[in-house]
Amino acid sequence: MFKEQSIGKVLTENDVTDENIFLNRRKMLKRMGFVGAGSLLATSQNANAISLFGKKKESFVTAPVAHTKNTEYQITETLTPESKVTTYNNFYEFGTSKSDPAENAQSLTVNPWEVKITGAVEKSFTLSYDDLYNMFDIEERIYRFRCVEAWSMVIPWLGFPLYKLIKKAKPLSKAKYVAFKTLYRPSEMPGQKSRFVGGGIDYPYVEGLRMDEAMHPLTLMSVGVYGKTLPPQNGAPIRLVVPWKYGFKSIKSVVEINFTEKEPPTTWNILAPQEYGFYANVNPAVSHPRWSQASERRITSGGLLTRNRIDTLPFNGYSEVASLYDGMNLRKYY
Amino acid sequence: MVRITPKHVLLIKCVIHLVALSYLIVHYYWAFTDNLGADPVKAIIHFTGMGSINLLLITLCVSPVAKKYRQANLMKTRRLLGLYTAFYALCHISNYLFFDLQFDWGNLLQDIIKRPYITVGFLSFVILVALSITSPSAIQRAMKRTWQKLHNYVYLSLVLGITHYLWSLKTLTTEPLIYLLMSCFLLYLRKDKITLFKRRVT
Repeated sequence: MFKEQSIGKVLTENDVTDENIFLNRRKMLKRMGFVGAGSLLATSQNANAISLFGKKKESFVTAPVAHTKNTEYQITETLTPESKVTTYNNFYEFGTSKSDPAENAQSLTVNPWEVKITGAVEKSFTLSYDDLYNMFDIEERIYRFRCVEAWSMVIPWLGFPLYKLIKKAKPLSKAKYVAFKTLYRPSEMPGQKSRFVGGGIDYPYVEGLRMDEAMHPLTLMSVGVYGKTLPPQNGAPIRLVVPWKYGFKSIKSVVEINFTEKEPPTTWNILAPQEYGFYANVNPAVSHPRWSQASERRITSGGLLTRNRIDTLPFNGYSEVASLYDGMNLRKYY
Repeated sequence: MVRITPKHVLLIKCVIHLVALSYLIVHYYWAFTDNLGADPVKAIIHFTGMGSINLLLITLCVSPVAKKYRQANLMKTRRLLGLYTAFYALCHISNYLFFDLQFDWGNLLQDIIKRPYITVGFLSFVILVALSITSPSAIQRAMKRTWQKLHNYVYLSLVLGITHYLWSLKTLTTEPLIYLLMSCFLLYLRKDKITLFKRRVT
């Protein structure tokens, strides 16, 4: 269905499988009496077979966002279909399985929303929900997205470069790092309520960038995907996107941006420091202790026979950031 | 209490064939047609891997259940379950090679040597293959007492298989812990056998 998909052409809603079908399928399986065999079926995610029985459940409503295409960031690789971008997510606040966020995040409240800009800045301020879409010009950029688990997507994000926001805050000269924090709301995030659902992570999720990384024009604050506001599973209403770093750096549902003097703690680094570093730059030469990072599987469309294994490029192909790390041993600072 | 007769055994075997094969066929159909989630490759790898572990756990339930309820005939279903365990494991590793690594044999070899969680998983698979090859009655008779010794390695295969599963995860959640508990319980039921085995080895 998506084979003809070319760059810059935004899919219409007719092109994609109804999200509700995706969101509902596990519930339907249970209703069909497969509970006893649940573990065998744990990965079954068939949309079409289940849709026959599907009854729509309330899903999060996204809205179109006015934007312009930034011609500098339109790449010619095949886009990952919207239905896959919005159903295959790591967002442990909603469960550790890839399909959990799309299932469990639908009732997240995103309006009202506040993002506090704080710390070592001249001008602290707070972004409201409306500010997210109106304070800066929203542009569309197509980025490669490389997960540390060795899969990747090509995603048309909507957003504004982080440097615009930083300039507005006027950081003090002592500000060397930028720390980000995800929403902490156990009432709406089952993974925060239970350690077992949330994979034993100490929430809220935190991430960080060095100031020069944060100021780089590639670094994006995203408020939408595929022409519309972000669905909760993708980090609504605002998330970071750093395309040359592994996906876990691109923190979701941001509520605080804090300018600091010292390198801030980051969630996966706290959990497994020998596996996930602060920098987490995409680097085919440095393996994850448990798997190789030399290649990746690009998730587009097509079934098992799609030859989608491709070489991973240093900095995920964004060689323009290499100079940020001149003289650094990237094997040590992984 | 109903006695399980050879007729029942035949029926149970039919059900095993039906369930094990239909699950597999349906999932492969979904995966080939891109209806198994965003990443059908990962999904089919996980499905066959978890399927193999589930089948192994069920296989190891047969003898305790047969003993407890004095259903000697039930034992006749065990070999088939064991063979499906190995078959799912074969699918699992083939999926990994064919669809994930996409026939990069060098990469597979490297993974088996360099990545401990894949090493243990592969060893678990090798044991299952050895047990499958020696499963026909004729071979069992020919091997005499060695057969039982060899087939006791199924417990090692379980330990390695569960280790492979837990080690492959990024974090621990409830489900793997339940698998760990079930495995420990099934091994606990064999504690006499295992200590005997240990004594013979050391």
